[in-house]
Amino acid sequence: MTTTRTEKPERGTKNAERGKPNEKQANLSSVASVSCFAESVTQRPVPETGNEMDRRGFIQLLGAGILVTVFEGIADAQRSSRSGGGSGGGRGRNVSARIHIGEDGVITVMTGKIEMGQGARAELTQSAAEELHVPPDSIRMVMGDTHLCPDDGTTAGSRTTPSTVPAVRQAAAAARMLLIGLACKQWGVAENSVEVRDGVITHPPSNRTVTFAELAKSGAAAKALDQPAPPGVSVTPVKEWKVMGTSYARPNRRDLVTGAHKFPSDLILPNMLHGKVLRPPSYGAKLLSIDLEPAKAMKDVVVLREGDFVGVAAPTTFQATQALKAIAETAKWESAPHPSSTEVYDYLRQRVRSKRDLENPFANEMGKAAKVLKQTYRTAYIQHAPAETRTALAEWKDGHLTVWTCTQAPFGYHSELGRAFQLPSERVRVIVPDFGCGFGGKHTAESAIEAARLARAAGRPVSVKWTREEEFTWAYFRPAAVIEIEAGLDEKGQIAVWHFININSGAAAVQTPYRIAHNNCRYVPSDTPLRQGSYRTLAATANNFARECMMDELAAAAGADPLDFRLAHLDNDRIRAVLEEAARQFDWRGRRKQKRAPGTGIGLACGTEKASVVAACVEISVDEAKNEIVVKKVTEVFEAGTVVNPENLRKQVIGCILMGLGGALREEMIFEGGKMLNASFGKYLVPRFKDVPELDIHLRNWPGMEPVGGGETPIIAIAPAIANAVFDATGRRIRQMPIKLSAAKPGQTT
Amino acid sequence: MDITITFTVNGKAATVTTDPQRPLLDILREDLQLTGTKYGCGEGFCGVCTVLMDGKRTLACITPAKDADKKAIVTIEGLADGDKLHPVQEAFLAEGAMQCGYCTPGMILTTVALLREHPQPTEAEILNWMDGNICRCNNYPNILNAVRRAVREARR
Ligand code: FES
Ligand code: FES
Repeated sequence: MTTTRTEKPERGTKNAERGKPNEKQANLSSVASVSCFAESVTQRPVPETGNEMDRRGFIQLLGAGILVTVFEGIADAQRSSRSGGGSGGGRGRNVSARIHIGEDGVITVMTGKIEMGQGARAELTQSAAEELHVPPDSIRMVMGDTHLCPDDGTTAGSRTTPSTVPAVRQAAAAARMLLIGLACKQWGVAENSVEVRDGVITHPPSNRTVTFAELAKSGAAAKALDQPAPPGVSVTPVKEWKVMGTSYARPNRRDLVTGAHKFPSDLILPNMLHGKVLRPPSYGAKLLSIDLEPAKAMKDVVVLREGDFVGVAAPTTFQATQALKAIAETAKWESAPHPSSTEVYDYLRQRVRSKRDLENPFANEMGKAAKVLKQTYRTAYIQHAPAETRTALAEWKDGHLTVWTCTQAPFGYHSELGRAFQLPSERVRVIVPDFGCGFGGKHTAESAIEAARLARAAGRPVSVKWTREEEFTWAYFRPAAVIEIEAGLDEKGQIAVWHFININSGAAAVQTPYRIAHNNCRYVPSDTPLRQGSYRTLAATANNFARECMMDELAAAAGADPLDFRLAHLDNDRIRAVLEEAARQFDWRGRRKQKRAPGTGIGLACGTEKASVVAACVEISVDEAKNEIVVKKVTEVFEAGTVVNPENLRKQVIGCILMGLGGALREEMIFEGGKMLNASFGKYLVPRFKDVPELDIHLRNWPGMEPVGGGETPIIAIAPAIANAVFDATGRRIRQMPIKLSAAKPGQTT
Repeated sequence: MDITITFTVNGKAATVTTDPQRPLLDILREDLQLTGTKYGCGEGFCGVCTVLMDGKRTLACITPAKDADKKAIVTIEGLADGDKLHPVQEAFLAEGAMQCGYCTPGMILTTVALLREHPQPTEAEILNWMDGNICRCNNYPNILNAVRRAVREARR
């Protein structure tokens, strides 16, 4: 969706024209209608009216007031098509209840996005506050409840900022215009003669004021029932932002330091049981037989077998674990062959869906190149390892299923649960309290289905919380990649031909941003032996790693400085600006001229993905004896259009860099015979305090450009910059993630 | 065979009859409904289950029930004095030392324990002490600033 911006009306513009659609805006903007609840609030339970809760439902939940519904047809269609199959959208629902203005002055804003630490709650609160002209603290943001919230798609692909922020701004601006309209009609004054501040509309010439809350209960609001709001409402231009663009902190932060916030895994219902699910001993193993009696004999334990699904539920996690252990010991399994983590790259290479896709269409041009380089890069399967493991609490009541869970895809879960239990949409409700990390790892509903199965069998609410070992073993992985690149330089040292194949991990950022005459970049699917799925920037990390390492190799082959070589192939002004600034901040040119201390090196990399741009320069040292690479300093410049919340963006950038260090240096799943051999924080070493290098972060604000998401792309430059620095320090090219010194012998220079 | 343990949690006496091997973490979360203490690994590797036991930093996930008998436990819910936050909680808020906040209770209690054992820690002591706690949001720089702030405040 494109956010429309109009400046203040020209002097002399007729009042009525303010907020009127112009031709271009009309089809992109929200059309709001208003209805008023004059009834008093009752404390009856929420009626189960389906995810398109009716107005009565809202009033019962949110209290008396005005409910602003917004037409979001275009925005919806765009979101669905951009975020692809995993959007959890596609309901064709184009009227959404977005904003409720309560008679008590509380403003509720509803979004299907969720909060997992990435900052959506603060950012969306700012967006609504900006356009409503109210203090952000007066807004209550209801997120991720399929009964109440519009389907804003999966919280993924850095789409909250470019898609949901505009949707919320449009709705909030429309709501403000409605309220202004009501006040002006009451007073018989022109709409441009009033001011709105802190939820109060003022008419300075007559000194009259009215609050949003007062309007919400006025008779005028009742009369305005269903009256369409002015369409094509303009949103606040960047230079007039008061709340957006500031480092507004997460609204519910206090509850996080007191322990009062209830994460999904913290929820307790009366009579609730704790569930555990039987897992195969290895990937692909088939259950032949199991004796459930040992668990059935235990007090208060519920045991369920449905086909291959075997689970237990008990009053405590400890009892459930013991019951599961007792039956697991009786289980007989038939194992299936499975490649090991060292064999997996050949395995993937051999099983590409189409061998023909591997061929270089520019073989002729390659033949004419002055110099040809051909290399293979590999990236390992890794896990997201979210702080909070998969968890779900399920409750059945009168044929309705409610699940509280941690997911980035509330509406996706809603559909999955509906399919799994053959339930019509209005009988399923998914509620997502703010939870502990996702990183693209929480899109599939397995724990929710497990909890719902057990709850149905037990006739009581059941909470299923995956152990860390389950999370490492049975959650989907970031796919491993084999990336083959063949590149040819012409006599002038320019890249003339580029053939880039990503096997298995994906198409994100597979295209090169560099200017190359004969350029073939392709993702070729294979047959993954592990469950794989999305991860912060998907395959962009792998693709950018391979490309930026190869750019360094080509620079060396051309006898050029890595920075100059990249700039010589870059037409994109944003990437050039970001790369040049990173080099300047790091003093790249100065440092390149100096002799580095033995065992130390510098490297750089840049990249673009999801419409944002990043560049990193790093300084590292190597300890051959310990087989260790230490990252000492990272300078990173990041640009994502206009910055909505600088402090939050800075945290996302730092989070990406440090998380990226894990995948760059250490993280990889090690498996053999279908068993994960390092499914523990004791063996799978994620970054810790001591790994934090000196960080020099620069956010470029690009005020002319719409804000885009920033929680993913900053991760893609760190690994290649490190690998390139390792070359600078040792003369060795390490063409794999994790980058291990042991992968290339000292003295091995090709 | 179940045993009965008596201990105090956040100053209140509690008696629990349970399996001696059951983790203190489960007792806090499931029996006493004090869910501020989190599960992260169950193996002592991540620190999100940190509580104070007789004033000492303790990982509740690897502390069996029998070891909590007659002990005084403090969880995140017991740090604030009514509405008045503990200075370490204030420091975490002031430095924005949380993203998802899942690791936050453990980080705060680990810092409280640090200040008890090393009232004036060096940078190296801070790093060594905190290194047992994982933040998967990788908000380490802000958390370190919060710890440093708490150290400064404690010095006053
Ligand atoms: S849950 Fe106790 S250390 Fe991880
Ligand atoms: S803030 Fe999310 S794990 Fe630390």
